[in-house]
Amino acid sequence: MTAVLYDAPGPRALVRNRMLGVGGTLILAAIIGFVLYRFIATGQFEPRLWSWITYKVIQITLLQALLATLQAFALAAVLSLVVGAVFAAGRLSDHAWVSRPATAIVEFFRAVPLVVLIFIIYFGMSRSLGITVSTFTALVAGLTLYNGSVLAEVFRAGVNALPTGQREAAYALGMRKTQVMTNVLLPQALRNMLPTIISQLVVVLKDTALGFLILYPELLYQARTLGSQGQLGSPILQVAMVIAVIYIAMCLLLSAFANYLERRSRRSGKAAKPAAVAPGDPELATAGAPDTKA
Amino acid sequence: MNVLLDNLPLYATAFWGTIQLFVLAAIGSLILGLVLAGMRVSPVPILRSFGAGYVNIVRNTPLTLVFFFFAFAYPRLEILDLSFFARACCALTLYTAAFVCEVIRSGVNTVPVGQAEASRALGFTFGQTLGEVILPQAVRSVVPPLTNVMIALLKNTTIAAGFSVAEAGGIYQNLSERGYDVLVGLLWVAVGFLILVIPLTLLQRGLERRWSVAR
Repeated sequence: MTAVLYDAPGPRALVRNRMLGVGGTLILAAIIGFVLYRFIATGQFEPRLWSWITYKVIQITLLQALLATLQAFALAAVLSLVVGAVFAAGRLSDHAWVSRPATAIVEFFRAVPLVVLIFIIYFGMSRSLGITVSTFTALVAGLTLYNGSVLAEVFRAGVNALPTGQREAAYALGMRKTQVMTNVLLPQALRNMLPTIISQLVVVLKDTALGFLILYPELLYQARTLGSQGQLGSPILQVAMVIAVIYIAMCLLLSAFANYLERRSRRSGKAAKPAAVAPGDPELATAGAPDTKA
Repeated sequence: MNVLLDNLPLYATAFWGTIQLFVLAAIGSLILGLVLAGMRVSPVPILRSFGAGYVNIVRNTPLTLVFFFFAFAYPRLEILDLSFFARACCALTLYTAAFVCEVIRSGVNTVPVGQAEASRALGFTFGQTLGEVILPQAVRSVVPPLTNVMIALLKNTTIAAGFSVAEAGGIYQNLSERGYDVLVGLLWVAVGFLILVIPLTLLQRGLERRWSVAR
């Protein structure tokens, strides 16, 4: 589409584009240059502020924090896939006494912010009901419930996007409702929706950073602890930069995987394509973001 | 019930803080997202690559990390002394703008290419093509996902509570200090967000149904 919006540039358009290019580059360079200047002027690149990286203890602590993040992510990812499948089956059910509660639950967990959900599970349970909940459990439970609901919607959209001929042929062959769902519809829906599912898993990974708010010892929490150490010169900016690189690298890997899957499915082009769902949809929130997510 | 009635001013101030954050960040991110989308489709390569780079990096960063940077690391740079609230607004704006840009771009791409080609054939300039032909049609594909982004933004404002901004996510601390039941207090916060979010969701569903394009 963007290639059609303007003709091949003539002489005046070439000059204008070049001026826009130069002007834009100058503005961008000015902004980035200013940020860098502030970094250097406040001495953020001094070797003293980066010495913390050389200590083995700190390296091991960061690796443990990374492991904690990945543990929470892996468990939350698997559980939210399961919860998503269960609730999707509930929403697609023909029985009203199954589909109505399932719809209500999914809508509730999608509307409540993830932070509030985690606070309810962690602070609400321990202070009001006296049930001690570890930070890990609270984080994983909150992530599972929220992303499970979003994934339920994704699965439902996937099943509804299949050609009706599949369902009709399965019924014509004499399969019962459950068999139709598990043998014919769900496998195809899963394959079609895989890029969207992986994008939602990227959101899960990003939202594990919320564990920082309930003091779960993941990367951001370690970043703040490290960054406030006076002995190392309070290198909070430096630690934040390194942690940011780690997070962005992990999420970029997952997103690249989702893009690769999408390109593969587009090339093979056998099954029906569901309606355009942008990968990395902001179910989010969260942070991210879908709903984001953050 | 007591928890809510006794602390009504607390809830009111906190949710007002949430709404303030939401409105400011929404306006900021819509403007910045529009600018970014313009950069991504412009014929100038530098602007295109900057837009693409910005969107790809920000979409793969946790929002908590952006907040973390603005809350803790930004003061070290000694640029401008901003309140926690202003910094939270900046973080939310920068983060959501990337998603707004993607929504606008994909909305523009759903308009059939033939529309742009026909308007070029009729001699429309770039501005006329966009203003009279493409954008009015793109609105149908842009507004429902944009409502989704705004709902996500509303929910993301709660993260600011972890960074000393007086808004809804921080109510439980106040309640706990006063000795009230934290679970019920938090459930009322959840109900408050339900009240805020569900009308937006219904609006989005309604718009989607009315404006869905048969393909």
